[in-house]
Amino acid sequence: MLVNQFLILGAVLFCIGVYGVLARRNGVLVLMSIELILNAVNINLVALGSLQGPEAAVAGQVFTLFVVTIAAAEVGVGLAIVLLIYRNRASVDLDEVDLMKG
Amino acid sequence: MPAVFDAPGIDYHAFAPEIVLVTTLVLLLFVDLVFEERGRWASSTVAGIGLLAAVVPVLTLAVDGADRSLFAGAYAVDNFALVLKALFLVAGYVTVLISTDYVAEGDYYEGEYYFMLVSSLLGMTVMASARDLVSIFVALELLSIPAYLLAGWRKRDLRGNEASLKYYLLGVFASAVMLYGMSLVFGVSGSTLLSDVGEALSRGAESQPLITVGIVFIVVGFAFKVSAVPFHTWAPDTYQGAPTPITAFLSVASKAAGFVALVQLVFIGFLGREDVWAPMFWVLTALTMTVGNLIALRQTNVVRLLAYSSVAQAGFMLAPFAVAADIPADRGGVGAATGALVTYLLIYAGMNLGAFAVVMAVARRTRSAEIDAFRGLFGYAPALAVLMVIFVFALAGIPPLAGWYAKLVVFKTLLDAGSVAAVTLAVVAAVNSVIALFYYASVARAMVMESPADAGSGRVRVPASLGAALGICALATLAFGAFPGLIAELGDLALLGVLP
Repeated sequence: MLVNQFLILGAVLFCIGVYGVLARRNGVLVLMSIELILNAVNINLVALGSLQGPEAAVAGQVFTLFVVTIAAAEVGVGLAIVLLIYRNRASVDLDEVDLMKG
Repeated sequence: MPAVFDAPGIDYHAFAPEIVLVTTLVLLLFVDLVFEERGRWASSTVAGIGLLAAVVPVLTLAVDGADRSLFAGAYAVDNFALVLKALFLVAGYVTVLISTDYVAEGDYYEGEYYFMLVSSLLGMTVMASARDLVSIFVALELLSIPAYLLAGWRKRDLRGNEASLKYYLLGVFASAVMLYGMSLVFGVSGSTLLSDVGEALSRGAESQPLITVGIVFIVVGFAFKVSAVPFHTWAPDTYQGAPTPITAFLSVASKAAGFVALVQLVFIGFLGREDVWAPMFWVLTALTMTVGNLIALRQTNVVRLLAYSSVAQAGFMLAPFAVAADIPADRGGVGAATGALVTYLLIYAGMNLGAFAVVMAVARRTRSAEIDAFRGLFGYAPALAVLMVIFVFALAGIPPLAGWYAKLVVFKTLLDAGSVAAVTLAVVAAVNSVIALFYYASVARAMVMESPADAGSGRVRVPASLGAALGICALATLAFGAFPGLIAELGDLALLGVLP
């Protein structure tokens, strides 16, 4: 089975996601980057699961379903927080959110 | 391939604490709906009673004594799980006590506040039993997502927003990295059960790179959760901006939950792989203690000071991991490391919650958590000042207050391990204990030696529930310090029932 390609795709998505989290300054885009990492995880789980035989394949897919569901809940909360910031300061630039230091 | 589905048998007794918590959640929603503004105290009362009620099945399970395992080993109720569930529930109850007046007077949403708090505690109790990658992940998110919201509960306060945002972004990023690690570990073992993962990892020599990256990512993910340096940057800002009761909750219960997950993952899942994780934990421990203490030295805000102090304390809790593999079997082996960590967590919970409770009581009058606001506290509120001295000296580890015993068991673990790395770490820890004494003593000095910043120093009115919380914490701190046998027994008991 061509598992390598899936793993490489997963690793590339992961790296793009990490880059996005570190480099993007817009709150919504950071959330999107985190979603990319989670998608890399999903690809890994399904690909590696099917590599390990039928039982592991099912386990991997079930794990993926959990990740998808919980990611949705997480992003819901995240958007609510970003929206709150937008209402209070009319901007979602994360660099401006630095009242506390030290 | 047609698969036959056979429903798993459910042991309701083993699940009873969680069932009580879920019932409490439903009741909280109901109470909030029915009473609205009239019964402002109803929500906190229901939450408090619910948490205490959930302790009852924990006790009956402890009396029963048998290790229970559900869902083919994915969920275990053993002594380790029970001791930690009791810790989470009692810490949650104290949090409700210190929240009651704060939330009622601050014009915050009340019903939702306690709903989120109990949800988060539900996640923690599940975490204590989770022995499977999926259940660890679900428990982690169940305890984190409500905490992100609670951190930003002061909706219109910019600092509150910032606290919530930083906590959320770093928390979610950390759990995404951790999941990537889990996917690799799952890929090597083909199973999500921790016991299977442990077996597969210790013989999977040909997949060394996958295993290494997987373990490193998972440990890094939880290092964020327990605010280990260099992944601690969210902690001080979140602690300062969040409502103070939530700060106390995060620094005690949420941190403990992170350590519980680490114990289960490292001591079951990665047991044969100390070549990967032991050096990592060593570096994390040394950095966390040193950096946390050094930055704490120059803080002028007590909440921020306690935040950095809790970072430094996390270093002491990480130390048993760094040396666990070196402890000889006749000294308890990995079990001794678990026992030391659990002992530290139990004692730390009492003294840290207490310190935050005093900060809240004082802030009721001074409206500030700066160290300057504590000047001369002994003059007008001697009881509070004495309590604060007790808690900070306990945190510093001065006998006969509880903290010394926590530090003692960690040092004992380090010296039992006896390797060069472990002894070096013990020296680092000893130096750090001395550094920590400086800033803890500076708080005490400001309260006792200096005169108040303002002339009008009326009495501080401490509400009943806050007073009760202070009493519980002070009692725990004094009793565990004077009679360390009490806590030692709990620590020894708290062994993982399903060690492979």
